[in-house]
Amino acid sequence: MGRYAARRLLQMIPIFIGTTLLIFLMVHILPGDPVRAMYGDKAPDPAQIAAIKHAYGFDKPVLEQYVNYMWKLLQGDFGNNLAGRPVLDLMTDAFPVTLRLTLLAIILEIIIGVSLGAWAGLKAGKAVDTGVLIFTLVVISIPVFVLGFIARFVFADELGWLPPNVQDSTNLGQLFLPALVLATLSMAYVARLTRTTFAENLRADYMRTALAKGLPRRRIVGVHLLRNSLIPVVTFIGTDIGGFIGGAVITEGIFNIQGVGNLLYRAVQTSEGSTVTGVVTVIVLVILVINLLIDLLYAVLDPRIRYA
Amino acid sequence: MRGAKSAKWVAIAAVVTMAATACGGGGDSASDDMDKGKADPNGIVTAQLSEPQNPLQPANAKESQGSRVLRTIFAGLVDYEPGTGKLEYVNAESVTPNDDSSEWTVKLKPGWKFHDGTPVTAKSYVDSWNWSANIANNQTNSSWFADIVGFDDVHPEKGKAKKDAMSGLKVVDDNTFTIKLTSPVSYFAYKLGYDVWAPLPEKFFSDPKGYGEKPVGNGPYKFESWEHNKLIKVRKFAGYKGPNKAQNGGIDFKNYTTADAAYSDLRSNNVDWIEQVPTTALKTYKQDLGNRAIDQAYSAVQSIVPAFYSKSWKDVDPKVIQGLSQAIDRDTITKTVLQGTRQPADSYVAPGVLGYKKGALGDITKYDPAAAKKLIKEGGGVPGNKIQIQYNADQDHKPWVDAVCNSIRQATGVECTGDPKPTFQADLDARDAHKVKSMYRGGWVLDYPVNSNFMRDLYGSKAAGNTSGYANKEFDALSTEADKASSVDETVKKYQEAEQLLAKDMPAIPLWFYKVNSGQSTKILGKIPYGQDGDPIFDQVKVKK
Repeated sequence: MGRYAARRLLQMIPIFIGTTLLIFLMVHILPGDPVRAMYGDKAPDPAQIAAIKHAYGFDKPVLEQYVNYMWKLLQGDFGNNLAGRPVLDLMTDAFPVTLRLTLLAIILEIIIGVSLGAWAGLKAGKAVDTGVLIFTLVVISIPVFVLGFIARFVFADELGWLPPNVQDSTNLGQLFLPALVLATLSMAYVARLTRTTFAENLRADYMRTALAKGLPRRRIVGVHLLRNSLIPVVTFIGTDIGGFIGGAVITEGIFNIQGVGNLLYRAVQTSEGSTVTGVVTVIVLVILVINLLIDLLYAVLDPRIRYA
Repeated sequence: MRGAKSAKWVAIAAVVTMAATACGGGGDSASDDMDKGKADPNGIVTAQLSEPQNPLQPANAKESQGSRVLRTIFAGLVDYEPGTGKLEYVNAESVTPNDDSSEWTVKLKPGWKFHDGTPVTAKSYVDSWNWSANIANNQTNSSWFADIVGFDDVHPEKGKAKKDAMSGLKVVDDNTFTIKLTSPVSYFAYKLGYDVWAPLPEKFFSDPKGYGEKPVGNGPYKFESWEHNKLIKVRKFAGYKGPNKAQNGGIDFKNYTTADAAYSDLRSNNVDWIEQVPTTALKTYKQDLGNRAIDQAYSAVQSIVPAFYSKSWKDVDPKVIQGLSQAIDRDTITKTVLQGTRQPADSYVAPGVLGYKKGALGDITKYDPAAAKKLIKEGGGVPGNKIQIQYNADQDHKPWVDAVCNSIRQATGVECTGDPKPTFQADLDARDAHKVKSMYRGGWVLDYPVNSNFMRDLYGSKAAGNTSGYANKEFDALSTEADKASSVDETVKKYQEAEQLLAKDMPAIPLWFYKVNSGQSTKILGKIPYGQDGDPIFDQVKVKK
């Protein structure tokens, strides 16, 4: 187990270098010069542009810029954006916000998704099952931004139950609606996944054995069935965290949440290379760590899985 | 039972339809009487803002967001009367030219203080300008000082600054300084209203970086806090001595990422003023907001500009461009596609600017397919019988570009298509690199309300705003002559002559003037007053008690 974890951690190094280099190069080939764009319709004098580029090191070859960037990164310096603010500051402002949103979304996803799925799975083939299938199908087929706009329009603009925008990202009540919107798609998948594994595992040998032993139903479903059915669901939720941070670009935009999604969106729009690379680097790290945790969690859920 | 059930469904369906068609709410707000009630001198106004691109230094705020805040914190030497564009003195007691307007003497009103208590003196201005013009300090607006003698020393075309100060600026005493210009500019005083000319306190120069996060000004409001990406607070400055004392207690600039989000907040009274109604709500916003809807003209123009360096437009007869202009049905497009958010242009100069003349371009901006065809034919036809209009697709330009093209195609048979670039940056890059294939979208918001700003700064052969390669010696000579005129009135008249010259030469096709389509909350007393730049005059906004 320890060796497995260590090997996985070592694997992260080339993945980390590869992804950051790719991002760095991709931002670099984005059309448009961010320094020039600060001046809008009025062209600035070339001397000023050259001076600013020199100050940021943009006048050097890309690979040299990358090496400089990584060297600074190793010392914990993410560089500055074009407004002169440290990217680290931008991220420490944005990440906690998205983290709260994502956590809330995951909790909603697990609670609603797993219970819906379990309910449908236990009653496979009955009306409840069909109902859940139809409901999830509807949810899956509506794009997130449409759902977001409808939710805001109905619950905030018209009914006035919830504030239309998130003013204070530490207020869970305000985050509820965006988190729900963010979670809906995955929630539907989780429900379907849970339903299928539940329905399958119901017919498994160990279930029959448990039943034959005369165990109480609560224990059979709650421990034997649930635990064994959760493995694919846990994998899905794990990979989903990365997806949530990506999906947050849309949700955060609709509900005016100043999180990572927003930061990234604005940075891409203005070709702010250092911000984009910094944010993506952290997201890559988060996803790598989560994947590692998920893999390790398998062993907890199913002791038969061994890591050589 | 069955009946009851279906009745419920009908009711729910009705609610959903009402929500979908936006019939619910809205109507009641129209009956609010916004002029009733008393003003609260300490009420706080909340206004929309996006995160400023640069630190809050006067010479660095090219974009509108940063300057919106800076304009509340700083009081410049002069300002303009909204609507007429007439000069008003703020921090200056007088700004007077010598005989040929090549040297200006500025006298300050005595006794003014920065928010940190230090006095505002002639030195505060001169030091500020010298620092801002210096190439080493990378200020985006440094080119504004180019008129002053000695600018080349602090901002050479190549390499480092040779001196720290411009020789053209001289402090006479605490409240007087002089400005020597490289050539006479009769309306130089008008330029001084722009943000870039603000004074800076002594404290600034020891830590410019820290200052940009926590600016200290001399204006009606003092800076209080800046929570990045969230909120900027400014509060009324009790010691302010200018004519434009704050009528409210302060302003909270709230950050919004989308126009839709801001509009939602306006409707639920969570914000008092928004920048622009989102495109999705343009049809309904007047109905939603009643008399709280704002529909206000400001001095900005949109045009399409031929790339004169390109093969097709290099030696084109201006008649062809005039013909294309007459092929554009501005009235219909502004009414339908742009939903009344623009006003058809009839001159190169926007209204509200000194020297704007209604209908200055005569027939050139009138829709007349027959005349259009005739002119294009007389001019030898559009090269290749084809034009493309370049625009940036990251903003809402496609609908009107398509409409303009459609109008041209139908009226003249000239093939016309849009040429989208993914971002504004990419659009600018293509313009700078002289890679625009045919025509591009141009936009101009006033810097100062004199017609020269809409001509010399755009079509002068060396102007910063000239990215089309247009050059006309006659126009250059006329504008130099106009700048040297003995009075501003004289200058304005000369530029009106120059405008007629441009009408013959067609460096661009003006399309329409901009309007602000916005709204205000029920907490505001009366209509929010607007400046010529399309932004509210925040110090005059009143909050209901």
